[in-house]
Amino acid sequence: MVGLVIVSHSSKLAEGVVDLARMMAKTAPMAAAGGLEDGSFGTSFEKISNAIDAVYSDDGVILLMDMGSAVMTAEMVIESMEGRKLAMADCPVAEGAVTAAVGSEAGASLEEILADLEQVGTLKKL
Amino acid sequence: MNTEKLISTIQKIGAKIEEEKAFLTELDNVIGDGDHGINLARGFGEVEKKLGTLADKEPGDVLKTVGMTLVSTVGGASGPLYGTGFMKMGAALKGKADITVPDFLAGLQSAIEGIMQRGRSTKGEKTMLDAMIPAKEAIEAKWAETQDAKAAFAAGVAAAWEGVEFTKTIAATKGRASYLGERSIGHQDPGATSFTMVLEIAAGEV
Repeated sequence: MVGLVIVSHSSKLAEGVVDLARMMAKTAPMAAAGGLEDGSFGTSFEKISNAIDAVYSDDGVILLMDMGSAVMTAEMVIESMEGRKLAMADCPVAEGAVTAAVGSEAGASLEEILADLEQVGTLKKL
Repeated sequence: MNTEKLISTIQKIGAKIEEEKAFLTELDNVIGDGDHGINLARGFGEVEKKLGTLADKEPGDVLKTVGMTLVSTVGGASGPLYGTGFMKMGAALKGKADITVPDFLAGLQSAIEGIMQRGRSTKGEKTMLDAMIPAKEAIEAKWAETQDAKAAFAAGVAAAWEGVEFTKTIAATKGRASYLGERSIGHQDPGATSFTMVLEIAAGEV
């Protein structure tokens, strides 16, 4: 199954998004990488690296990020892990996590999930 | 500039950032998420711990280690941005035991390109690039005219401060301040300010 990593400045937000997605997909491999080591706001290179390791398999891992340094730090972690199957998704984090988790649990490939995530940002709620 | 001088310069940069931590954070409180000074000071504090082990390295490798340390420890956007800048400059200076002004300019150009790519940004978006790019151009022009390193760096610092002033006049379209849009006008960019402080310390060591 494709792994998911939620990268946020806030540990509560990252963990909450994982919990939210977990409601729909009990077995999808998901890890939160939110905040800094001491619990304060920020994005941690090490936390993101460890989260990827925790959910990595040959099926690959998709990262969903909130903004700014979450995107840039995730990108630098991916560059440091050359040869691994890793991708960042450009989509809203909460809705994207649910979509990706459901896809992962259903056995979709990384490419298929990324294609689904491209649609997430265009979905209208009202 | 050789490794010994580079290391002492980076120590002075770290001390300056520590000294200005509250001011930089205050600037960021107004239009950002209020962590710029704190984050950079944390990063340079970790850099300081590593500098002692780098005395036998070439300057390019010292800069690369500084960049990698900032990426791992800053925790905000200045980590990947300054980190990429130092790493790119380090890569551009590979094999040089002594950094000349033209070497530095080539390194700065690499750093600017790296930061533009990392931040998906360009000049005029109210970022550190609004200080970096004019500074690089001013150093280049003054160096071509006078071959005087001190004069060239002084011109670079002056251009960087002008760039900081310019950031007050424009709305942010990148970074956290972009969420404020037009409301960011009137405030100077924290990243442009910290870069100018870093350059000012380096200029004093030339």
